[in-house]
Amino acid sequence: MVRTYALLIWTWTRSAAAYPASFALAAVFTTVTAAVDLGVILVVFANTTALAGFSRDEVLFLYGAASLAFCVTDLLIGNIDRVSGHIRAGTLDVVLIRPAAAWVQLAADRFVPARIGRVLQAAAVLGHSVAVIGPDWRRAWMIPVMLATGIVIFAALWTLAGALQFLLTDAPEVVNSFTYGGQQLTQYPLSVYGRDLVRGVTYVLPLAFVNWQPGLYVLGRPDPCGTPEFTRFLGPAAALLLSLLAALAWRQGIRHYRSTGSQG
Amino acid sequence: MPHSPHVPSPCRHPPEDTTPALYARLVRHGFRRHAAYPGAALAGAFTNTVFGVLRAYTLIALWQARPGLAGYDVADAVTFCFVTQAFIGPMQLFGGGLGIPERIRSGDIALDLVRPAPLQLWAFAEDLGRAAYLLAVRGVPPLLAGAALFGITAPDGPARWAALAAGLLAAFAVSFGWRYLVALSVCWLTDDRGVNVLSLVLTTFFSGMLLPLGLFPGALGEVAAALPWAAIVQAPADLYLGTAPIGPTLAFQAFWTVVLAGLGVLGTRAIRHRVVIQGG
Amino acid sequence: MIELDRAGRSFKVRRTVVHAVRDLSFTVGRGEFVGCLGPNGAGKSTTIKMLCGILTPTSGSVRVAGLDPSRRRTALARRIGVVFGQRTTLWWDLPLADSFQLVRHLYKVDRRTFAERLDELCETLDLGTFLRTPVRQLSLGQRMRGDLAAALLHAPEVLVLDEPTIGLDVVSKAGIRDFLLRLNAERGTTVLLTTHDLGDVERLCRRVVLIDHGRLAFDGTLAGLMATVPGRTTIEDVVTHLYTAGRRAAASPAEEPARALRRARDQ
Repeated sequence: MVRTYALLIWTWTRSAAAYPASFALAAVFTTVTAAVDLGVILVVFANTTALAGFSRDEVLFLYGAASLAFCVTDLLIGNIDRVSGHIRAGTLDVVLIRPAAAWVQLAADRFVPARIGRVLQAAAVLGHSVAVIGPDWRRAWMIPVMLATGIVIFAALWTLAGALQFLLTDAPEVVNSFTYGGQQLTQYPLSVYGRDLVRGVTYVLPLAFVNWQPGLYVLGRPDPCGTPEFTRFLGPAAALLLSLLAALAWRQGIRHYRSTGSQG
Repeated sequence: MPHSPHVPSPCRHPPEDTTPALYARLVRHGFRRHAAYPGAALAGAFTNTVFGVLRAYTLIALWQARPGLAGYDVADAVTFCFVTQAFIGPMQLFGGGLGIPERIRSGDIALDLVRPAPLQLWAFAEDLGRAAYLLAVRGVPPLLAGAALFGITAPDGPARWAALAAGLLAAFAVSFGWRYLVALSVCWLTDDRGVNVLSLVLTTFFSGMLLPLGLFPGALGEVAAALPWAAIVQAPADLYLGTAPIGPTLAFQAFWTVVLAGLGVLGTRAIRHRVVIQGG
Repeated sequence: MIELDRAGRSFKVRRTVVHAVRDLSFTVGRGEFVGCLGPNGAGKSTTIKMLCGILTPTSGSVRVAGLDPSRRRTALARRIGVVFGQRTTLWWDLPLADSFQLVRHLYKVDRRTFAERLDELCETLDLGTFLRTPVRQLSLGQRMRGDLAAALLHAPEVLVLDEPTIGLDVVSKAGIRDFLLRLNAERGTTVLLTTHDLGDVERLCRRVVLIDHGRLAFDGTLAGLMATVPGRTTIEDVVTHLYTAGRRAAASPAEEPARALRRARDQ
């Protein structure tokens, strides 16, 4: 499975590398698009020194962490949410006649290596904010754990979004609310949002574990929403649980497709 | 979405085809073509609403820290947020929607250029139909959700509603004028991704869709408020809120409508020239 | 190699159940070359999808190369080759050669065997001139040859072709047909193809299966099919007659297509 995936993305990368100028331009474009969110944060902090009790650098830390996880996921499996397009074009049938998992084939399909530009941009923001904040190094071990957790959570979310499209072939845009919406939500401290929304993204869609809970630990701050200290460490468990759910949903989606079929 | 295949014969010049009746028909056609995909529009409305809620909380946090920023109170800021989310569909803030780039690439644009009706007006009429449909189906739900969840306000008094209606029409005209120019640029570019990204960034950032332009610091704010993108979102949103004088706001929008439409005329002439010379 | 036993497949379309295929039974033995005919919407594509494991049957059973396609999809995929005439199984934006390399890895063909087979296919299908061309830039004839090669690189025991000659010019068609005949004769590959091109059937198929309204309407030799409608001399005439008879029968629901066929025979 890993080999098949690596092979597919390597083939796409090689074909993109055949046009280096186009590749470089595309990398610049994706970085510029992603920089809009950063620009918004900077404009907000041109007007205030703190947002919901968090300083500019702390918000940039949370933004950088979530954005890095999101962009890595988007780079690696971002095309998994094109299920409805594949169903409508009939290309899902082609995927299913090959002796490899459909998930791997769809995740790697049309891999866009230029998205690396956004990953680097997010990494730069995170690196800068960590350097400025200078967190306690005894707590910094959480940073890589946080990133890995975030990547797994977003990957599970993308997979769920893809699975949902087996049902929503006519309105695939709905799933953007969960994927891109998740990215938007995690850019700011969760203390910005209403209490019910925070509960929802902590216990239902575990977006709070992408950057908020582990981030609070790294920053050495208590949760303004009052969750106990041990929830800072629940991220990996939440990610695992969500992944299991996503895997089940995906299997169910494929089964649904094979049992309902497509017209034509 | 594919561009309409119904192309009248260029040899035929019936007099009624140049009357407003034709354009009324095109508006209806644009409306109906989008009405065929209510699922897509409602999905868009849902996504716009979710993002509206997330953005509203950020703005509330900002206004709690700095009440009265940009001349808005918290209620204005939240209302602004949902109004701008409602504009995404009708004003096509993420770009595209005209189908012209595809027609230029396939060479079908030559058919459009020999029609008895000018391409620019033709496209405008169809796009107006699209905008009207999306305003109703994709624009209203975020506003209703904003009213239910955050109690956003509505314009009071017929004068404000009339100003809003005029401002919406002008905002659409500027939005179309800009997208039309972007679409025509494909004629001179082998790869239009750059232009589209540039347009996306300019339109989302400098229109006020992400943050009210009043928050932009110093000269950046002044420049942003004078650029055409401000006429697409910030101006009609201010007319909705009643936070800007009606006359100057509409005049500002009218100015950019005329400028962009004029550039559009020149652009159309240029591609006609190019298509004729290169033989389509 | 292929066994259908009372296989059925129904779809729910706006709350009404549509039987795309019902009680379909036939078998294809090793090394046979079978053509599957039927009017548009008869259930041919649904049958093909069930054979590939893309679609699970709602009733009856299907076995291909001894496997249940719906349960053993990936295991079966290594043993069959599939070509859809209407859409490509190649990677649209990649050069043909890259597609072949991907196929080699996906189907776990070792390097040497792959090189040998590719050389042979390049020669017989004349692929040499466009191996480095992205698939989207190929002509339909070139693309179809590329698709055939990709479906055969892992030397499948069964080749399933869904309208392989659709849209091709006469020369391309002839080339594909010659290739398929040789493949069947020399390699003993079992071939099942669906087509609307009766030339394919005349030239290629020793045996014909006719599906109409989801049911088996005829199964036998081409000569046998011709004999069902006496007085008609060309295969076009015979098939036109059978298709229209089937349509008339469907218009009067009391009458089964098979009976309509018998009636057509008696006329």
